[in-house]
Amino acid sequence: MAMVVPGISKVGNVVREIGSMAAVGIESVRRIFSRPWPVAEFLDQCWFIAKVTTVPVILISIPFGMVISLQVGALIRQLGADAHLGSALVLAVVREQAPIATALLIAGAGGSAMCADIGSRKIRDELAAMEVMSINPIQRVVMPRVVAATLIAVLLDAVVSAAGLAGGWFFAVQVLGVSSSSFFASFNELSQLPDLWMALVKAGVFGFIAGVVACYKGLSCKGGPKGVGDAVNQAVVITFILLFFVNFVLTAVYFNFVPQKV
Amino acid sequence: MTKSFGSHTVLEGISFDVPRGATSAIMGPSGTGKSVLLKNIIGLLRPDRGEIWVDGEETVRMREKDLYRIRRKFGVLFQDGALFGSMNIYDNIAFPLREHTRRSEGEIRRITLEKAAMVGLLDHLKKFPGEVSGGMKKRAGFARALVMEPELIFFDEPDSGLDPVRVSYLDELVKKIQEETGATFIIITHNIPSVMRVADHVGVLYRSGLVRFASKDEMLLDDNPIIRQFLAGRANGPIGMDELATEESDVERDLVARSVRRAEERKAQRELERDRDVLQV
Repeated sequence: MAMVVPGISKVGNVVREIGSMAAVGIESVRRIFSRPWPVAEFLDQCWFIAKVTTVPVILISIPFGMVISLQVGALIRQLGADAHLGSALVLAVVREQAPIATALLIAGAGGSAMCADIGSRKIRDELAAMEVMSINPIQRVVMPRVVAATLIAVLLDAVVSAAGLAGGWFFAVQVLGVSSSSFFASFNELSQLPDLWMALVKAGVFGFIAGVVACYKGLSCKGGPKGVGDAVNQAVVITFILLFFVNFVLTAVYFNFVPQKV
Repeated sequence: MTKSFGSHTVLEGISFDVPRGATSAIMGPSGTGKSVLLKNIIGLLRPDRGEIWVDGEETVRMREKDLYRIRRKFGVLFQDGALFGSMNIYDNIAFPLREHTRRSEGEIRRITLEKAAMVGLLDHLKKFPGEVSGGMKKRAGFARALVMEPELIFFDEPDSGLDPVRVSYLDELVKKIQEETGATFIIITHNIPSVMRVADHVGVLYRSGLVRFASKDEMLLDDNPIIRQFLAGRANGPIGMDELATEESDVERDLVARSVRRAEERKAQRELERDRDVLQV
């Protein structure tokens, strides 16, 4: 008789889940290179994701910049170094907050809608209908969404960074009385240009993950409307967990390969 | 062919040939795996064992790419039409043409309107699937299935959720279009009057097995108790309430023995028929 380890089937399920998710990711990357390219769907999705994420992400970002100004400002003033507030803000906002905030919004606002959309298509047999019409749903439905999520995440990252810095600058100049010129002059004291590239790469990776998880969960949902709800819920949670983990790995790798200023 | 989900065998040793250019109906009580059979034939599911031949090509062990090529010969009408909710009826019908052909928009329009006229939907093309009745959805799905001029059209319960009058309208439509196009129609249903109207050949599934697949007239004269009970729609007979009940009657044992025997016969026959003009499933 086979040995039965309690919980072994759960572990198997998790492994299977990760495997299928990776398969969806790889397949959608592979499909980028095959024709016909669903341009209209891609542009639609880009517009949709940008529409639902831009305003909330700016609204998150401005107060975040202000909070950093407030927290660091009080400390830095005691050291008499308030002129260097800008450098701390760049470190916090550009390097860390912007990619994460972007990804959270892409997953929470764009991804959940994407997952619900694909999930309801799945339970209405639309995807099966597509398949029997000889149209690959990964290419026609999933790939444009994943690419759109990736692209918009990168673009959004720039918006978030700018908004966060603007919020921090406003607080520093208006409330803490730091001069604008010294605020901007200190930007590159702690950070450098590669930090910005890395932030954009990070945002792209996070957007890709959010897109893949949302699409995978949508594709694999079953059991009617309740199944769709569960899938959306899981998609958001899984994406959040993955994001913070991948963020740590990427940052560690980056610090290893690019010499830091401080 | 055989298909199981986990330890539950849904279809076991199913084997039959679908005659080309005619209408065949697959019937059976609810839950006998009719839809699963359909999904296996169109390649959405793959059987665990066995082979499926479409137009001289085996599809079970086929690569995905070839399967997509074979499917261009197919038109499928899903249970509730499976229309794309984000497009109106016109775009739904035109969708396969836009995806697969390089025709001009004018030509697409001509073909789409022609098919829409065939199913009587010309006045509703601007509406979205959420705004029309179940019957219209089915007709729109039918038009979409026809638009690529398929050689093989599948219907998954075309009568479900429709009143008897609409069902007979749909049947007449199916019959008319079958005669016009000469395509092979395979209908999954349990509506007996509808089968009597449209089908040339009938197969009955029961408890994961195929009881018999033969021409309609032969089926009507068959004295097998399962077929008789099912075609008459009576409550007393070997077919019980629960499809998964485990007790085995003599009839079922006989059924299993016969399906094994038939599978062997078919296998020998299939070798012979492969070259001939017979569509084999």
